[in-house]
Amino acid sequence: VPQEPGHATPLNALCVALLALGVLLLARGADAAEKPSDADCLICHGEATATRADGRPLGRDLPRFKDSVHGQLGASCVDCHVDLASAELPHPEKLAPAQCASCHPAAIEQYARSVHAGRAVRKGATCTGCHGVHDILPVKDPASPAYHLNVAATCGRCHADTAMMGARAGIPAAFTASIHGQALSRRGLVVAPNCATCHGNHDVREPSDRESKVHRANVPATCGTCHAGIRREYDGSVHAAAVRKGEMGAVCSDCHSAHDIRATVPAWRLGVVKECGACHEESARTYRDGFHGQASTLGYTRVALCADCHGSHGILPKEDPRSRVSAENRVATCARCHPGANARFAAFDPHADPHDRTRSKPVYYTAKLMNLLLVGVFSFFAIHTALWFPRSWQMRRRQDRGGREKEPESKDGKGESA
Amino acid sequence: MSEPGAPEPVYVRRFAPVEIGLHAALMVSFLGLSLTGLPLLMAQRPWASGVARLMGGYGVTGTLHRTFAVLMMATFAAHVGRILHRALVRKEAGLLWGPDSLVPQPRDLTEMLQHFRWFVGKGPRPRFGRFTYWEKFDYWAVFWGMGIIGGSGLLLWFPQFFARLLPGWAFNVAFVIHGEEALLAMVFIFTVHFFNGHLRPEKFPMDTVIFTGRLPLAEVREERPAEYERMLQRGELPGVGAPAPTRRERVRGYVVGTLAVLLGLTMVVLTLYALARY
Repeated sequence: VPQEPGHATPLNALCVALLALGVLLLARGADAAEKPSDADCLICHGEATATRADGRPLGRDLPRFKDSVHGQLGASCVDCHVDLASAELPHPEKLAPAQCASCHPAAIEQYARSVHAGRAVRKGATCTGCHGVHDILPVKDPASPAYHLNVAATCGRCHADTAMMGARAGIPAAFTASIHGQALSRRGLVVAPNCATCHGNHDVREPSDRESKVHRANVPATCGTCHAGIRREYDGSVHAAAVRKGEMGAVCSDCHSAHDIRATVPAWRLGVVKECGACHEESARTYRDGFHGQASTLGYTRVALCADCHGSHGILPKEDPRSRVSAENRVATCARCHPGANARFAAFDPHADPHDRTRSKPVYYTAKLMNLLLVGVFSFFAIHTALWFPRSWQMRRRQDRGGREKEPESKDGKGESA
Repeated sequence: MSEPGAPEPVYVRRFAPVEIGLHAALMVSFLGLSLTGLPLLMAQRPWASGVARLMGGYGVTGTLHRTFAVLMMATFAAHVGRILHRALVRKEAGLLWGPDSLVPQPRDLTEMLQHFRWFVGKGPRPRFGRFTYWEKFDYWAVFWGMGIIGGSGLLLWFPQFFARLLPGWAFNVAFVIHGEEALLAMVFIFTVHFFNGHLRPEKFPMDTVIFTGRLPLAEVREERPAEYERMLQRGELPGVGAPAPTRRERVRGYVVGTLAVLLGLTMVVLTLYALARY
């Protein structure tokens, strides 16, 4: 407030303040009318030789702006760089971020709740980080970094970086090698899923987030958007029932992995035993110790794996009469590989445990008896051999000294040179 | 081992050619079965799938295992057939009892106890005859082993057929027996039998009698004095002798025997290493 002696009353002060405000508003209006045109911007930014203070070039992608989706729509520089609408030119080097929200409020709202917001902004997972800057193209344009077939590479720019991602930096490579990655990169199928298909695009969330599309409870629905038939089968399974109740239960990614999903060829199927065993530890152990398990561990694929007897997506507990291993269905299940199997054949226990007396007494006692036999025989011969060896050594030295003609008892030491 | 100028040692026959052949067939089939069965038994060891791959993969390994099994069963059948023929048709005396018999007899127990006393320097060396107690043990261990492993193996080979006769748990039991008895047989043959027969200092590195069928008379006199005396009493000495094995025959015995021993020892090292890791 101006200070003039004798006029310093509150009313005067208010009048002066209102006057100042009016002038300010007028000035702003005048400035708005003169907001820089694109031509004004290109005075500096159109020069290929123009550089920043530190020597870096100015907006290399600016020439492509006119071909960008925004350029095609007739947008001007200050529509995004709103702070430049009122700035004096040349403007300061540091600008406020471009305001995508003014036109794309829904996307920004989703993004604001995503894992990328906040944490990843300074690392590049911003609007421009994925969509491009001045050369931004519609997502449908094959040249856009957000085009369906380009998404994996775009995400990989950060997610394959070990410095940024640590141990998880291998995920993009694993995805590229997967059946989904190959469908995208080698076969060029736009119906194949990319990162965003499962994780979402603007609303990517941590898998631990209940709202995430890849949260355990949501995985079957996410995969099921494409694999609808499998999902229907899975929904009837014991695994799905457990997951619905919030209990431990396998979801798609537990057996198929999340990123490194492979065609279910025989060699892949061998590895699934390990995945089943991650939860079903005891069954995996007894399976491994049985014939089927030994043969499959050696890499033989024409031998019963978990899913061959128990089923895969629609797996049911053996108490359920519809289960493939129920008392009702067991013979038929065995007969799929062993034609002619009868009820006695099917009574073979593929998960026999020689250490568990309650599971099978004959197996338990046979194993005990065999162990006793082994321990007995080898204990006896260990002693026998240990005692014999020094005596045999003596005999050999006598043989070498005196030849076979000498009496074994003779100790005269003659014939050393023989 | 004869010195230059010394008279050629006199040899006597210990094994008939057919017995040499049976042992050779047994040796080949046993090594083959061990080599093809061990990877399955030790499937979880890192070398197992490598060994299986080396033999042409799991499928080939299984086929080889059954092929060697047929060879061993044929050997077993030939041996039992020959014994029956000798006992029932030729009515050979002394086949089932006496010094020429492999049937365990009271004197074997006595000799074993005497042997232990000699080990610790508390008595003279037993006067062994044609077959010692450890040789009889070797024989019957293999005889029993072939029955047990062969029988359980057939059960596992033709489960659909045997399921018409046997309950389901019989296959679980057969599976346990087949593996454990095979483990016993392998470790026994590759350690105890190898030591007793070939690797103990007196015989090291190889006793070729099972390949040539003949051994020096001096060795009989020293190691099997009771047998030597029987030969004297029968008047078989000194006139009856077998031709000395040629150098070629001895070398062949050494090479074949040493290869078998090395193969067996490799397998037993792998087995013991695997067992130690369980």
